[in-house]
Amino acid sequence: MKTSLTIILFFLAGLLVGITGLFPPWLGEKPISRFALFALMFFVGISVGANGETLGVLRKQGIKLILVPVATIAGTFIGVALIHPLTSHVYLTESLAVGAGFGYYSLTSIIISEMYSEALGVTALLANIAREVITLALAPVMVLWLGKLSPIASGGATSMDTTLPIIVKSSGKEFAMVAVFHGVSLTILVPFVVTAILSFLI
Amino acid sequence: MLEILAIMAAGILIGRLTKSRKAFLALIDKLIVVSIFLLLFFLGAGIGGDDEILKGLDTIGINALIIASGAVAGSLVAAWALWKWLFANKSTTTS
Repeated sequence: MKTSLTIILFFLAGLLVGITGLFPPWLGEKPISRFALFALMFFVGISVGANGETLGVLRKQGIKLILVPVATIAGTFIGVALIHPLTSHVYLTESLAVGAGFGYYSLTSIIISEMYSEALGVTALLANIAREVITLALAPVMVLWLGKLSPIASGGATSMDTTLPIIVKSSGKEFAMVAVFHGVSLTILVPFVVTAILSFLI
Repeated sequence: MLEILAIMAAGILIGRLTKSRKAFLALIDKLIVVSIFLLLFFLGAGIGGDDEILKGLDTIGINALIIASGAVAGSLVAAWALWKWLFANKSTTTS
């Protein structure tokens, strides 16, 4: 996520290559991209296993800290479920899978497009980028109206890196640790939650 | 679906065993970024070559905005409730 601009550029470059027809079709075939996904999930697993300890240390800070990501998860799913009737051509489960990205757009869109459908993968990419952009733009207003936890919850998984600076600026330095813990927890959960929700669709 | 969870579980196990090896973990982080680049390039190329998806891109964009609004609004309300219930309580007693 730290390299979010580069990530989008790679996607756009791919889009361009795809539209112009320069992309050799065999390269995008299931076995190859499926293997790349499995490799990615393996690496993500190693990273999660190594960072689990850090999370354990932070957890000793108390139950209040854990309640922040819990609130974000519950709020996200309730919010998505309530607004779902406004969408078109998507099932509720599909909307929830997109919401389960919690702003972690790169991994979420990859998992969804590989395991389920490319159209929903793009939805997840755009929706989760939007979540980051909304947070970057509105964090100061959120704090003013809804308290100092609000930009952390809104940022979702990005509260540990891309939206951290604006959160610290809006909520105060003392919330940096809450934001990092929140972001790390959600980042670790995303691959599991997205895969679990997709399993209801396949 | 099961295989992906099994692969992640294997990764987590290895991560737990190698958590002190900083250089190895730095390499893993690089590999994660590279595979994300690669897969998003594939995703872009797949969509660029798929007229059905390209035609539906406006619907996809609108759906994405709707879902994002719901997700943000929902987490904001939850964060506000938690703030009122827990943290605001604490600040009134200390101030």
